[in-house]
This record gives sequence, C-alpha cells and structure tokens, in this order.
Amino acid sequence: MSIFSELFNELLAVLSTLVAAIPYIAGYILLILLFLFIWNLVKRVLTPKSDFGSLKTVTFGDESAVTSNTVASVVSILLIFVLWGAFTGSKLLPGFMHMPGAFTGEGTFVYTATAGDQSDDAEVTFLVFQTGEDVEAPEVELGDGFAKNDSIAIAAYRSELLRVDLNDELGRDEGAVVSHVNGTPIEPGGSVSTEFGQVNMSQKGTLNIVPSTGWQMEPIWLPSPERVWERMGEITTDGFRNFTLAQHLGYSLFRVIVGFLLGALVGIPLGYAMGLSDWFRGWFDPIVEFMRPVPPLALIPLVIIWAGIGEEGKIILLFLAALWIMAIGARAGVSGVRISKVHAAYSLGASKWQIMRYVIIPNSLPEIFTAARVAMGVCWGTVVAAELVAAQKGAGMMIMTASKFQNTDIVIMGIILIGIIGFSIDMLMRQLEKWLVPWKGKG
Amino acid sequence: MRFDLPNGSSVQALKDVSLDLKAGELMSVLGPSGCGKTTLLNIVAGFLAPTEGTIELNGNTVEGPGPERGMVFQQGALFEWMSVRDNVSFGPRMKGQKAAEYSQEVDHLLDVVGLQDFKEKAIYELSGGMQQRVALARCLANDPDVILMDEPLGALDALTREKMQGLVLKLWKETGKTIILITHSVEEALLLGERLIVMAPRPGRIHKEYNLPFADMGVGQDLREVKKDPRFGQVREEILSMIWDMEEEIMGRTEGAGA
Repeated sequence: MSIFSELFNELLAVLSTLVAAIPYIAGYILLILLFLFIWNLVKRVLTPKSDFGSLKTVTFGDESAVTSNTVASVVSILLIFVLWGAFTGSKLLPGFMHMPGAFTGEGTFVYTATAGDQSDDAEVTFLVFQTGEDVEAPEVELGDGFAKNDSIAIAAYRSELLRVDLNDELGRDEGAVVSHVNGTPIEPGGSVSTEFGQVNMSQKGTLNIVPSTGWQMEPIWLPSPERVWERMGEITTDGFRNFTLAQHLGYSLFRVIVGFLLGALVGIPLGYAMGLSDWFRGWFDPIVEFMRPVPPLALIPLVIIWAGIGEEGKIILLFLAALWIMAIGARAGVSGVRISKVHAAYSLGASKWQIMRYVIIPNSLPEIFTAARVAMGVCWGTVVAAELVAAQKGAGMMIMTASKFQNTDIVIMGIILIGIIGFSIDMLMRQLEKWLVPWKGKG
Repeated sequence: MRFDLPNGSSVQALKDVSLDLKAGELMSVLGPSGCGKTTLLNIVAGFLAPTEGTIELNGNTVEGPGPERGMVFQQGALFEWMSVRDNVSFGPRMKGQKAAEYSQEVDHLLDVVGLQDFKEKAIYELSGGMQQRVALARCLANDPDVILMDEPLGALDALTREKMQGLVLKLWKETGKTIILITHSVEEALLLGERLIVMAPRPGRIHKEYNLPFADMGVGQDLREVKKDPRFGQVREEILSMIWDMEEEIMGRTEGAGA
C-alpha cells in the first residue's frame, strides 16, 4: 500500500511543478503566435508568390501543404539565444533587452535602535559586487548618537547577516534592539521591503541584508552565451583535465566509428546469413531478438567488470550497440527482395553468386543504410553515456567532471557540441544515403 | 501439380495439362483467377517442380530456371540499382561477355523498344510502360528460345497497354521467338494469341483451345482495326460467357460449401 501512496505523492509533486510551469509555457506560445502575426504582416508587404502551394485554397488538413517554414525555424533558434542572453545579461544583447539583473553597487538603509526609552537612528551602507571582484566594505563615518553607522560588502545574488549593534555604544548585550528599518517597525522573524531588496531580521534580532537577485540567472546556474563561447576557446587551446577539446570529442568519435564499423562488419554478414538460411535464422533469432531490446546502457556495468574502463570496454559496448541493429537491418534487406527479381535474374542465367552480388546485396543496401543511421545515433548516445559513467577522456567525461565542479559553462558547451555532432552524423548519413542508394524507396 | 497445405489437406492446382508448342508460336493462356495459369508458367520457367509429369524443351527436361526460358513479369522486376542499359545487358554480362560483344545488340534492342533516349537513365525515372519495355528488351538481349510472360501488361493503363500489345506483336514477328503469354484480359488474349488456351479452375485444366488469325492480322496493322473484325467480337463473346459461367460456378460452389 505504501508504495502507492508514495507514488501518488510523487505524482502530485510532478503535477504541481507542471502547473507552476503553465504560465511560462503559455508565455512562450504567445511569443510564437506573436511572431506568426508579425510574419504574416511582413509577408503581406512582400511580393505575393503564386506557386502551386500558395494557390491551394484548402490547406488545413492537407498534409502536403504543410512544409517546414524556414523563417519560423530561424526565428525560433534566434529566440532561444535571445532569451538565453536576456536572462543572463549577455553583452551580445543591447542593455534594454536584458531582464532586470541583480542589484549591484551601493545601497543604504536606516535602522533605529531602541534601548529602554532612548532611541537613535544609524545608517547602514553596503556595496553589492560581482562575484570574482575584490572589494572592501565602503568607508563610512560613525556618526553621532549611541547607534553608529555600519558598512558591509555583499556578493551579488548573496545575502549577508550584519550585527549592526556590534559597534554601537548600547548593543544587544545592553538591552538595545533594532526596532525599525527605514522607519518601518520590524520584529525578530519579520522583514522590511526596501528599494534594493529586503531586510530580514533573524530570531535573535540580527539583520539580514538581502539585495534583490532580479530575473537574471546566476552564472553558476546559467552562464551567458559569450561566456560559454569564451570557455570553448579556452578548452580548445588549454584543454580540460589534460586533454584538449579536440581530443575529448575526437576520442568519443573514434570510439563510435570503430565500434560501429566492427558492429557492421559482423552484423551485416550475420543478417545475410539469417536472411538466406533457415538454419542460421533459427540459430540466431532467439539471441538477436533477446539482445535487441536490451538497452546498450544496461550493458555498461558488465562491460566495465569484464573489460575495464579503457578504450576496449567502450568499443565492446558500441560494437554490441551496433551489432543487433545492423544484423536486423541486413536481415530485413535480404528478406525484402522481391522474389520476381530473383526469378528474373535466374531466368537471365545468373548463378547463385551472381544473384548475391547483383541482386541481393544491392537490394538490401537501402535497409542497411537505414540501420546504419539508427546505429550511429544509438552509438553516439551510448558513448556519451558510457563516458559519463567512467572515462579519462571524451565528451561525456568532460561534462560529467565539469558538473562536479559546477562548471556550468563547460557542461552547456559540451551538451551543445554533443548535439551538433549527433546532428551532423545524421545529416552525413542521410547525404551518403542519397549518393550511394539513390533508388531507395523507388523499387 | 498438387500442393500440400499446412492444415493437412491439399490443393490440386493443375491436372492433366498437356501442351505441345511449336517453335515460333505465340500462345496466350486465359482463365478466371485461381485456375492455375501462374502455376503453369512457374513450372515451365522451372521455379516450381511438378508433382507429376515433365516439361521438355529442345529434348531436354526442365529442372530449374535457365537462360533459354526468359521471363517477363507483371511489374518489371527490374533492378532499380542499375541503369536501363545495365538492366538490358544483365543476361550477357552474367554469361561473362565483354561490353564490346553485347553493346551493339543492347543498343539495337533499346532502339527497337523505343528507349534510345533513355539508355543511361535510372529505372525509377521511367514510367510504367517504359519499364515494361526495358523488361522486354532485357529478356530479348539474353536471346532465349521461349519467352514466358506473366501478365506483362496487367499493371499498365489502357492506352499504354494497347501500344505495348502492338510492340509485343512486332517483336514476336521480328525475332520469331516462341512466346507463352498469361493474361486475364480477354481482348489481349485474342489479339496476341495465335493459339489461345482457356483454362478452367479446380483443378486447373485446359478447358478449350482456339487457333486464331488475329495475331497475324495485328502485325503491322492498327489493332483497333483488328478489333472491328466481326469474328473478333464473336469469339470474345463466346470466351467471356465461358469464363463468366466458370466464375458463377466457383461462387455457387463456395456459397454451397459455406452453407
């Protein structure tokens, strides 16, 4: 029973998070519609085209009338960068596009100390500085009365506790308490809003200065785009953990390519054997059908136990990831040959070997290419995951290690590069497919 | 010819089919669906081994597919990974001939079937009718003794089909090949069949045989003129009603079995 109530609570937590996200999602959708509206206005100004598509009157429900709008794609990518820049205070954007940032610079507030029937005002001056700057607390005069002026330096996005009474003639130990901030009464546990943020009071009566953090993200959570770019330059030349960026990515790619090629080298003949001989199909069917649904990631622990965390283990893992996909692709390619083509070839006097060479292999190539594309994608995902678990170098290792040191900029850079490489691999495979098997889907 | 079915019973696909073809004959085989036309052709081609009886060609017993019996399939069965020329030269190349030996013949055949401008094109760039012409040329390039055609024009539209019928007749006369043509179009069977076999189903058997003048008339003449011949209409009606009766009988039998 308890598992269900636990799961129910988890579900509630997830749902409440989702509900909290709804306004943001709605805002994003509104932005999309706003840009659509703008684009429609722009389009009306441009010369109207009268190609076949634009003359269709029925477009809603006509699948062929829906093509990917390039303008929308460009705007969507740009918007991601603009939002990213706006919420990180990027220097690439003009200042008016920035979201309100954290409070920085000097601020003051006045507190009133009360001891018995006497009370005195004093001013607190604080300087909020950017993390990484070396700043001293501002110099202030002590002023008159029993309460003396204070000063403190606070890092942006942080808050500081300040015992304002420490330099006062009548302090906490003499029975003095802070009763007002900026003229507003305050009690232990309470808080007062100011123009720079707010001042809280702890249960013991200490003031906690909390400058506003604004809407922007702190760099340790989300660095600005140019910071990520700079970091990429640094890692390209100086490296990260003894290896340069090119080495990290190169090793990942090397593992993928070697693992995939080995998988194809074994998988394709295996698939052919399964497609051409009922004995081989019977023999390998149970093995292939069992291994195929096992996610390659589930094999990582076993591969580490058997082969360690070096290159060998990674390549064995990727070999296994590619093997079953390639075998099944090759088998489908062979099985997919139309019997009339084989009959025709026999009637034209081809031998078994010639049938294999001129009919079965070319006929299976489109299927093999599709499988290769899938396998390369799976291998790329698997290598990154394997490197997350254990590796000395590689794209996955780079972002995992960086995350342990809160190097968010490296993590984001790594994710972007991993995405770009994965995308390029897929594009490359598609292009190869177009060049090498132009007859695909046209039999 | 009898097939054993997985459920233990068996189907008599063909029974007592005896045919004797002379060299250079054009025989069309007609019959309702399920009468064993394609089974018969597959046996002649050597793709199926008969349970009883033999097929002989030039005194040799047929035991498997061979280059002396060329096939033309309903849908090209062309190799879309090769160009038109490579498809047509497939047979000679499999025999190990060099380009110099076959290229002249291949070019000539492509001219004959009217594809002189499409020699280097890919198969998938061609229309259905053109693909079927490639299939004909490919078959002829291999110089078979007998050409077996399994509804070769079945997938074409009516207009292309008529043109292709003329082409088949022309090629037949020019090359003098023996042709067996399977079709379910009565008109096509009449136009192209010098000899016409009507088959009946369950078990597949020869129902009636005709010797017709229309194929000879059609050579070099407009096929529409041939169709206007009163004898043409007469035979067509006769065969149509014959097949109609067979279909009725099949329907009645299955309904009876179902009740």
